[in-house]
Amino acid sequence: MRKFKDHLLRGCLWASAFLTVAVLIIIVGYIFYKGFRLIDFNFIFGDYSPVGHGGIWPMIVTTLYTIFISLIIATPIGILAAVYLQEYAKQGRLVRLIRYATESLTGIPSIIYGLFGAVFFVTTLKFGMSIIAASLTLTIIVLPVIIRTTEEALKTVPQSYREGSLALGTTKLQTLYKVILPSAMPGILSGIILSIGRIVGESAAIFLTAGTVAAMPDGIFSSARTLTVHSFLVTQESGDIELAAAVGIVLIVIILILNFLATFISKRLNKADY
Amino acid sequence: MLEKLSGRVFLFCALLSVISLLLIVGFVFYKGSHPFVAEGYSFLDFIFGMDWVPSEDKFGIFPMIVASLFATMGALILGVPVGLFTAIFLAEIAPKRVAKIISPAVQLLAGIPSVLYGVFGLAIIVPFLQNNLGLVKGQSLLAVILVLAIMMLPTIVTVAETAIRAVPKMYREGSLALGASPIGTIFKVVVPAAKSGIMAAIVLGLGRAIGETMAVILVAGNSLILPTSLTDSVRPLTTNIALEMGYAFGTHQEMLFATGIVLFSFILLLNFVLAKIGSKGGK
Amino acid sequence: MGTTVIERKDGVRKSQMKQQSGGTKINVKDLDLFYGDKQALYKVALDIHEKEVTALIGPSGCGKSTFLRSLNRMNDLIDGVKITGDIMIDNENIYETNDVIKLRTKVGMVFQKPNLFPMSIYDNVAYGPRMQGIKSKKELNEIVEESLRGAAIWDEVKDRLKTSALGLSGGQQQRVCIARAIAMKPEIILMDEPTSALDPISTLKVEELIANMKKDYTIVIVTHNMQQAARVSDKTAFFLNGEIIEYDETNNIFSMPKDQRTEDYVTGRFG
Repeated sequence: MRKFKDHLLRGCLWASAFLTVAVLIIIVGYIFYKGFRLIDFNFIFGDYSPVGHGGIWPMIVTTLYTIFISLIIATPIGILAAVYLQEYAKQGRLVRLIRYATESLTGIPSIIYGLFGAVFFVTTLKFGMSIIAASLTLTIIVLPVIIRTTEEALKTVPQSYREGSLALGTTKLQTLYKVILPSAMPGILSGIILSIGRIVGESAAIFLTAGTVAAMPDGIFSSARTLTVHSFLVTQESGDIELAAAVGIVLIVIILILNFLATFISKRLNKADY
Repeated sequence: MLEKLSGRVFLFCALLSVISLLLIVGFVFYKGSHPFVAEGYSFLDFIFGMDWVPSEDKFGIFPMIVASLFATMGALILGVPVGLFTAIFLAEIAPKRVAKIISPAVQLLAGIPSVLYGVFGLAIIVPFLQNNLGLVKGQSLLAVILVLAIMMLPTIVTVAETAIRAVPKMYREGSLALGASPIGTIFKVVVPAAKSGIMAAIVLGLGRAIGETMAVILVAGNSLILPTSLTDSVRPLTTNIALEMGYAFGTHQEMLFATGIVLFSFILLLNFVLAKIGSKGGK
Repeated sequence: MGTTVIERKDGVRKSQMKQQSGGTKINVKDLDLFYGDKQALYKVALDIHEKEVTALIGPSGCGKSTFLRSLNRMNDLIDGVKITGDIMIDNENIYETNDVIKLRTKVGMVFQKPNLFPMSIYDNVAYGPRMQGIKSKKELNEIVEESLRGAAIWDEVKDRLKTSALGLSGGQQQRVCIARAIAMKPEIILMDEPTSALDPISTLKVEELIANMKKDYTIVIVTHNMQQAARVSDKTAFFLNGEIIEYDETNNIFSMPKDQRTEDYVTGRFG
């Protein structure tokens, strides 16, 4: 009887794993199968046109804009916040409050971020539906990611580095930027790359804050469409699965490259001993 | 001097996350509570109302609450066992070489934009249901459940696998030395030891499922009826916000924020319940 | 400053304003130290003499490392540490000045485990001087060479200065740590069980180095190793439960201790 149960459970384990892998392969496979015919130079680098499948260059540019703006704000703030939490703060109420807030931010669904962005950045601050409104919303979304990964990275810096540097009569600030931050750099970089993935994959929050204009943005104050929103809209509005899948391929390739970069950086920088 | 100043700057940066949270909660709650506080709408009618017709000033979200609840629960029931079993398989049973290929691949899939899961759902799952169950429209609660369950798989597998791998070897050896079978050891010793990590995996997967919006819009059908079967077309809370936010104004817009509050409370509640279950099991 | 003596291989001896040795360098009175509510040091009083090696011995947890770390205020890094009493270095109360940085350049420290930074050997030794604002390449080169010679490791590393310091053996790393401390031209060097992570041969090298460095620096060393204390130090203080039980010439401590507890400890009856 016990043997039978063991066999049954073992069978379930194999079956589940097979199912998971099969489903995921089917999804990715389907997207590549459906979309690859559309991928060519003109599709990627061409301007959008409502007739046919149109180019997606404006969406790529918009996506790059959102990545660039949100990271340029979130990265320094996130790193310094993590430095405060790990290196400066005395453990106590304030730190607990900050940690609690950071954790809570991670748990908020992106549609709520979208609501907030739509009323705060779009309406109250009068940015309108725009790349900047979306980017600022995304900044708040990725801030906890950067804070957490940087904190983890700072935790791995041996205490002896700090003591060694301070004992040589350096200031805390000198120790921070000469010894601690360089040692934590691989971890921090992986965090930033993780954030890029999050930004690229985000849709609901951007949908409500950047709008859906399918054209090359004039600047950061114009409304525009990111790749994910484009993929969503062509599916919803015209049922153009082929186009949505082609955009999907671009997205998956971007995620692949980012993942590869993250692994490469952490491996490379950890192996080299300085 | 510089030291003092920099300390202040760091503190300020850290406080920005508190400020952001307060702003978000403040704005959503302020906007969302306005109709009930200042305009005389009844909160109970909002929660338990069956009709959502903004043009007629009717704002009831009960069908959406039910849809969200069913969709999340359904996805959990399908996704959690499969995800956990896969994680156990990868961490404990799979040959090393197999695990080495599958684990990173699954991890990668956790990063794929959720919209793509929706695209897949609309292209494959919806027609499949439509043809095989003889439905008029394949977009249904069941389609939502399937898409969400698939979407949460990579998250659950990745986090749970890490937790299971972190269980010290000596636990396994201890159990095996006492004559327990390998499978028995896994389910009686290893999995309980990894409980908190597994709970975290479920909470994360749940968060992804309940908050998902765009993928759900594509496969839900978005009808405003109270779902009575798995094949009914539904409109969960998130999609209601995304679908109407573009043109809503005045009370209508505020009601969308109120929908946001309900979603918010929903998430807090579910996390709380799961945390309770987790801590109880831990004792 | 100004007590540095730098010996070069070519025999040139630069000596600046040599002070007479033997005067009191560090004077500690009534030192109490608390970690939160827990008291770690009780009314510690100690005179440490210039250009001598003073060893602090005692069982684990007796407060010797805590005491050492209060001499360059490294205890400041720990939350909830409270100190009363006086620590005077060159007649200046180090807890009354606000300039911890200046204190730590004057009082160097070598830690239990070598803690070189993940940089090249050169950058490690030049780290402190650079932080003090020295930018001239020539000056830095000189400091690095002098310091590495001072730590008796120059010949072993001179051809690989630009390679990672973490590629060195443990014993070599510890001597580079000493070089890094010397590069700040300190007057006092604190050593916290500097050989506890080293093999016997490396330990011997570091001990020789300490004996040599005595002519230029005031050295305070915490050690678990009784033979080491006997070999390298001039004076020895025996700590027990946060108090100094006995403080005397090293010879006296080891051959005719006055206190029974000291005798028990140095003869290995407990510890």
